[in-house]
Parts: sequence; C-alpha cells; structure tokens
Amino acid sequence: MPDLIIREITALLLPFIQMYGIYVIMHGHLSPGGGFAGGMIVGVSLVLYILVFGLDSCLRKVPHRLSSIVESFGTLWYAAVGFVGLLRGTSFLMNKGAGISLGTPGKLFSSGLIVVITLGVGIKVASTVLSLLYTLIEED
Amino acid sequence: MRKLIPALVILPCLAALLLLATELPPYGNPDNPANNEVTARYLEKGVEEAGATNIVTDIIVDYRAYDTLIETTVLFTALIAVMLTLKGDRKHHA
Repeated sequence: MPDLIIREITALLLPFIQMYGIYVIMHGHLSPGGGFAGGMIVGVSLVLYILVFGLDSCLRKVPHRLSSIVESFGTLWYAAVGFVGLLRGTSFLMNKGAGISLGTPGKLFSSGLIVVITLGVGIKVASTVLSLLYTLIEED
Repeated sequence: MRKLIPALVILPCLAALLLLATELPPYGNPDNPANNEVTARYLEKGVEEAGATNIVTDIIVDYRAYDTLIETTVLFTALIAVMLTLKGDRKHHA
C-alpha cells in the first residue's frame, strides 16, 4: 500500500481523470479524441486505482467477470449498430444513407450512429485494459 | 557466425530501404500522391455526409467503419490470446 500522499492525491484526481475520459469519448465526433483515446484514459485511470488502492479494492467495485462481459459485448455492440443499416434496407454500417438524422453538426447529439459507435468502442477499450490487467496480475 | 548471417541479410535490406526513403516525396508538398481527390472529398464533404465536425472520426467511424469494427475485434483477440496463454492450462498445474 503506497503512502498517504499518493493515496490522497489519487483519490482527489481520479474523478477528474475519469470525467475527462468520458468527455473525450462523448465528444469524439466534435473534438480530437474518440472511443479509443477516451476509453484508454478511463482504463488507465482504473489501472492507477489498482496500483494505489490494490487489486482487491478494484475487484470489489468492478468484478473480473463483469469486466470480461462488458469487454465482449463492446464488439458485439458495434456489429449490432451496423445491422441498423441492414434493417433499413441499405448496406452494413450505413449512417446517413440509412436515413438516420445527422442533426446539427457541432452539437453533442449529432452525427447519427457515430456517437453510439464511439460510446461502445470507448466502453470496450476501457474494459479491455482492465481485463488485461486483471488477467496479468491474477496469474502471479 | 550466428551473428554474421543475420547481419548479411539485414544490412542489404536496410540499405535498400534507406535508398527507397530518399525517393519519398517531400513532407507537406501539395503535389504528393496522398493529396488526391479522396482527401479533398473527405475534407469538403465529411461534415455534410457523416455529420461529425472531427474529420478523423468521420473517416474512421463512417467512411472506414469496417476497418474500425475489425480493429475492435483485434483488441478482443489480443485479450483472448493473453487469457489463453496465462489461464489456459490452470487445471493441469493445480
């Protein structure tokens, strides 16, 4: 267990790091970033949590099984979003061509399926990092 | 001898690649082959056709959505490979 300063500073900073990661995911279509970068920030914040507060503390909050399930469903989520285009009579992963309203460019809820896909990719990348670390640590 | 043979293979390859690198077009030149009509189309019509003001997101999630779909599969496969390597034969060792 690291000393008091590291624990207190991490406890202070973690919410802001995770908020920033979620911001990068949610604004992937407006500003630099996106699902991969934002998911990595959220995932690395959880890695920091494990390094400072220990593996058991993190396992109580996010069980390994939950992390693995979320990780697997991230890819399926992306593919499922792709079927929206097929169901509307166009090709796989079609966005505007499938008749989905794109909204006003620049607004948070715009660009149709891109937001949905980016959110799925972000959650998937974050849980991948966490599952990877769980697997690597538990194998000692 | 064990180091000489790889060196004999690697050094000509390195020389060939470095010679090729001198033939590359200069960085940032507007006449470069990469600055073709595809780039112009993405930059001009990206916001209109995909709806995201971040052109990179337009390209990776809309125009090249298949690529990104398989990219997430690559991450998934990497995790499965780690799990198989580290967890695969726990029963035999226990």
